[in-house]
Amino acid sequence: MDREFTCIVCPKGCHITAHDDGTITGYTCLRGLNYVKQELVDPRRTLTSTVRVNGGQLRVCPVKSQDTLPKDRVFDVVAEIDKTSINAPVHIGDVVIENVLGLGVNIIACKNIDVK
Amino acid sequence: MIYRDLVIIGGGSAGLAAAVSAYDNGVRSILLLEKSPELGGILNQCIHNGFGLHRFKEELTGPEYAARYIKEFKARNIEAMNETQVLKLHEDLKVDVMSSKLGLETIQAKAVILAMGCNERTGGQISIPGDRPKGVYTAGLAQKHLNIDGYLVGKRVYILGSGDIGLIMARRMTLEGAKVLGVSELMPYSNGLNRNIVQCLKDFDIPLRLHNTVTKIIGKPNLTAIEISDVDDNLRPIKGTEQIIECDTLLLSVGLYPINTVFTEGAHGKLYAKTKGAFVDQNLETSVPGVFSAGNVLHVHDLVDFVSMEGEIAGKNAANLILNGRKVVKKVVEVTESNNVGYVLPNIIKVSDSTDSVEFSFRVRKPMKRGEIIIRDGDKVVKSIKAMDLLPSEMKKVTLKTNDFESYNHLFVEVKEL
Ligand SMILES: Cc1cc2nc3c(=O)[nH]c(=O)nc-3n(C[C@H](O)[C@H](O)[C@H](O)COP(=O)(O)OP(=O)(O)OC[C@H]3O[C@@H](n4cnc5c(N)ncnc54)[C@H](O)[C@@H]3O)c2cc1C
Ligand code: SF4
Repeated sequence: MDREFTCIVCPKGCHITAHDDGTITGYTCLRGLNYVKQELVDPRRTLTSTVRVNGGQLRVCPVKSQDTLPKDRVFDVVAEIDKTSINAPVHIGDVVIENVLGLGVNIIACKNIDVK
Repeated sequence: MIYRDLVIIGGGSAGLAAAVSAYDNGVRSILLLEKSPELGGILNQCIHNGFGLHRFKEELTGPEYAARYIKEFKARNIEAMNETQVLKLHEDLKVDVMSSKLGLETIQAKAVILAMGCNERTGGQISIPGDRPKGVYTAGLAQKHLNIDGYLVGKRVYILGSGDIGLIMARRMTLEGAKVLGVSELMPYSNGLNRNIVQCLKDFDIPLRLHNTVTKIIGKPNLTAIEISDVDDNLRPIKGTEQIIECDTLLLSVGLYPINTVFTEGAHGKLYAKTKGAFVDQNLETSVPGVFSAGNVLHVHDLVDFVSMEGEIAGKNAANLILNGRKVVKKVVEVTESNNVGYVLPNIIKVSDSTDSVEFSFRVRKPMKRGEIIIRDGDKVVKSIKAMDLLPSEMKKVTLKTNDFESYNHLFVEVKEL
């Protein structure tokens, strides 16, 4: 059966179809084609969350996965982040968790936070 | 009294971009006023990614996007006054402020840029019968509590309205351990971006109910349940379709509106009924000479990149006015929305010798697979372009380049469905 996708790579949200015969149609750019190819074999997502900060001007710091994570491991990664806390000062790009759960992806800080 | 050439009200994306652009266009006496302790505005709580694809050709989170502009702002040593709320703007460009540092103070400016952003509509503005228990929040407030203050407002959540903030919060709260039971949207189509429906709802099997709404709020003093119902084509609830959903939290994601009291009360600024933002010319100057407007306070944006661009235009034109004075206006051409277009900006074009290009921003009123965007002067078509996938949730832009603006009388922007 043909599979329908909505591309999530950019806000345009193209409707892309993966046909039974292996062809893929409906994408506007190559990133969309690659997204669907990836989605068919190993769906991945970028995760954003927050991590607790000790001694900072703010209580939590926004973080993100530096690259995409396997979709079915996202909840596990959130649990790891919830167990973690970091110390102020925090700088954008600081590694909060290295190679989270052995998935080959770092969790990094998205905000500069000064000491209280 | 303090004197500054340019005063910018609001330190979000629009205000920061306006400040940087005014500086780069030669103004040195700039003061940016921000009521909160931090610069960056709403971006600080938008920790999801998806910002800056147009601007930086990469996907950033809200705080990262803000940080890039804050860096540019600070690199120019532009003066910012945080924890300073503007109370009133006067027609003579005096700005009354209440500041943690100065107390009550007045600033006299030569030009002012409004960049105060928008507010969320609340349950009071949409009327749902029933109790008014604890547990009903706007989606943005719940977002602030979770992403800045660090706590989840509830565990069993229902969302009214399919705007992007609600969708983003559905995913965020699910990941943090809440159960999101569904989203109801009054209209037959979603107001959010398709990508958000996929990655925020479908990924987590959260149902989206179109043509459906919350018809009762139940519980005292805390929310215990809601009643939802399908609606008919006139958006009235259909009897017999009611369904009770037990939940402790209801998020309202039912729209945003510009905050313009500062502008209307003191300066008697004119608003455009369709946007609730200022009535502006192509330079983003309002009905009050010397006052410009940009970002969500002018019209609610879905993409921050366009907010920054608008801020830059306002900053540049304010700089022009301060440094070079006013150009001779030879004619004023009105601009009005027409078929299938909900609103269009600018509202007027002040034609001077140098007017050779005007960019129009507009939103369509209903989703259209294929359409033709038409700009006409009276009945005469002056530009038309075909477009695909037009959605009310996406602001569109079209530019008209010509040296003929003086020949126009009244421009209309419309979309013909194909
Ligand atoms: C919750 C939410 C989610 C969004 N998600 C996305 C997204 O995923 N992708 C995307 O590209 N765009 C998104 N947007 C759109 C975009 O980020 C915003 O439109 C943009 O950041 C708004 O910038 P602004 O400067 O106009 O307003 P704001 O960022 O709201 O800034 C206004 C500033 O003015 C200050 N202010 C207000 N009144 C006064 C006063 N009287 N005195 C002094 N200061 C005052 C406020 O404190 C605030 O800091 C989102 C918008 C919202 C509201
Ligand atoms: S296919 Fe390309 S243009 Fe279409 S949504 Fe995906 S990334 Fe955007």
